[in-house]
Amino acid sequence: MKRYLFVLSCLPAVVLAQTTPDVQARLSALESGMRSAQSAGDNAWMLTSAALVLMMTGPGLALFYGGLVRRKNVLGTMMQSFILMAVITVLWAMVGYSLAFGEGLPFIGDLRYMFLRGVDSAPNADYAGTIPHQTFMVYQLMFAIITPALISGAFAERMKFSAMLLFMVLWALIVYFPMAHMVWGKGGLLNAALGGMIPCLDFAGGTVVHITSGVSALVTALYLGKRLGYPHDSMKPHSLVISFIGACLLWVGWFGFNAGSALAASGLASSAFVATHFAAAAAALGWILAEWRKTGKPSVLGGISGCVAGLVAITPASGFVKPMPALLIGFVAGIFCYLMVVKVKQKFGYDDSLDAFGVHGCGGTLGAVLTGVFATSAVNDGFKRPLGLVDGQASQVWNQIAGCAIAWALAIVGTLVILKICDALIGMRITEAQEMEGLDVSMHGEEGYILEG
Amino acid sequence: MKKIEAIIQPFKLDEVKEALTAIGVDGMTICEVRGHGRQKGHKEVYRGREYTVDLLPKLKIEVVVSDARCDELVKTLVTAARTGKIGDGKVFIYDVAEAIRIRNDDRGDAAL
Repeated sequence: MKRYLFVLSCLPAVVLAQTTPDVQARLSALESGMRSAQSAGDNAWMLTSAALVLMMTGPGLALFYGGLVRRKNVLGTMMQSFILMAVITVLWAMVGYSLAFGEGLPFIGDLRYMFLRGVDSAPNADYAGTIPHQTFMVYQLMFAIITPALISGAFAERMKFSAMLLFMVLWALIVYFPMAHMVWGKGGLLNAALGGMIPCLDFAGGTVVHITSGVSALVTALYLGKRLGYPHDSMKPHSLVISFIGACLLWVGWFGFNAGSALAASGLASSAFVATHFAAAAAALGWILAEWRKTGKPSVLGGISGCVAGLVAITPASGFVKPMPALLIGFVAGIFCYLMVVKVKQKFGYDDSLDAFGVHGCGGTLGAVLTGVFATSAVNDGFKRPLGLVDGQASQVWNQIAGCAIAWALAIVGTLVILKICDALIGMRITEAQEMEGLDVSMHGEEGYILEG
Repeated sequence: MKKIEAIIQPFKLDEVKEALTAIGVDGMTICEVRGHGRQKGHKEVYRGREYTVDLLPKLKIEVVVSDARCDELVKTLVTAARTGKIGDGKVFIYDVAEAIRIRNDDRGDAAL
């Protein structure tokens, strides 16, 4: 009996010993199958998102800004967006990606990924463990392209093309790459996910993209001075139809920008998608209502400006807030940016030609601070801690303000230094004669519209 | 010969042209012009910046006819171009010293 028991008790072990290699092989095959299925889904969404974000610059922003300038400057303005798709891409491949995302100092990355060395199809677990490192790299590139393009709204119609090229290269190196590293890079000062000293919540670039570009825009507008004839001459947008198409493309592209920042085709991406859309809608209404009350007419330009303001404000918050706070953030941003563009700009008299500061600088700062208020771990539990004021974490609001202050300071100081360098080497402004003639003919030797023939 | 110069609302062009063709007017010259009379302009606001647009787009029609046909033409034109609202435009009538057809040197009424 004892012997039987012994044999019986050994039986499972024997069975297990016989089947283990087989089961384990099948288990690991299953695991790798699941991993590649998840990677396929995530990668499909992230490549789509990368393309959507590029679409925001060209045609989105190029059309939006292009329609807002006078007819003689339409091509020059579109070119200021388009050329960055080329210039920043090359710079990104050389050193940009490495300076932003190489693990280095708290303020700037190192050169480990210079010339994209080692950036291939294997995922980088620090940033996005389920998609190829290359996908992450090219997705982040699209942000580096649109950010400097946003600044061009402030110096529209009066900057020399060669000076703009130098300005943009230096701006990417001195302002954008360091800021992106601080917020999103491993070891960055403000990184909330990878051990930053002042964890600052910025889901898709409120500080990195909108505060840096918007504040730099204001500095540039002040430095360059007003356009010839501003504010007495008519500077009506030459085609709000073009601007309308551009703004709607921005709205659609922004889903790649914000929902893509989940870096996976996940529930978080859906949540960010929803927050983004709701904020844009509420902001369009906010701006239109404020304007309707003030001037008696709801304008198309007001509607599209409002939706962009809402998209800007929800950018840092999109992956942290529920739909109702998203509506609120958008609505407040629509009214706030309207007041900044209409009241504050007129009071101070600076010529932020296409309101890059009024919309991106102001909307971005508002959104970054409100992120600290409404962020909740119920939406994003990746941090395993309460997030914002609504979670009882009041200190996060201060971190957000600190993040904003650093972004403002870097943008102001960096941009001033760059402007001095460009002015000394090339000279920033076109001549009066060129300004009268327009950028299209004087800078590029072309016209946007050939109406005869 | 008389030259009839009419400043009309742009959207009335088709009606005026049809009416004139119907009474057998063969030729006319049209320019896009801008101006205003008693109908003052309107206000436009772009992101808070106000512009007063006081010169509005109008069309100028020029037709030269024989003295005999002048009254009929003017009556037809005015009827077709009228909406009854301010901004309908004006008609001016001038004497014409001579008309010459470039192709074959026809002169006077024959050149019209």
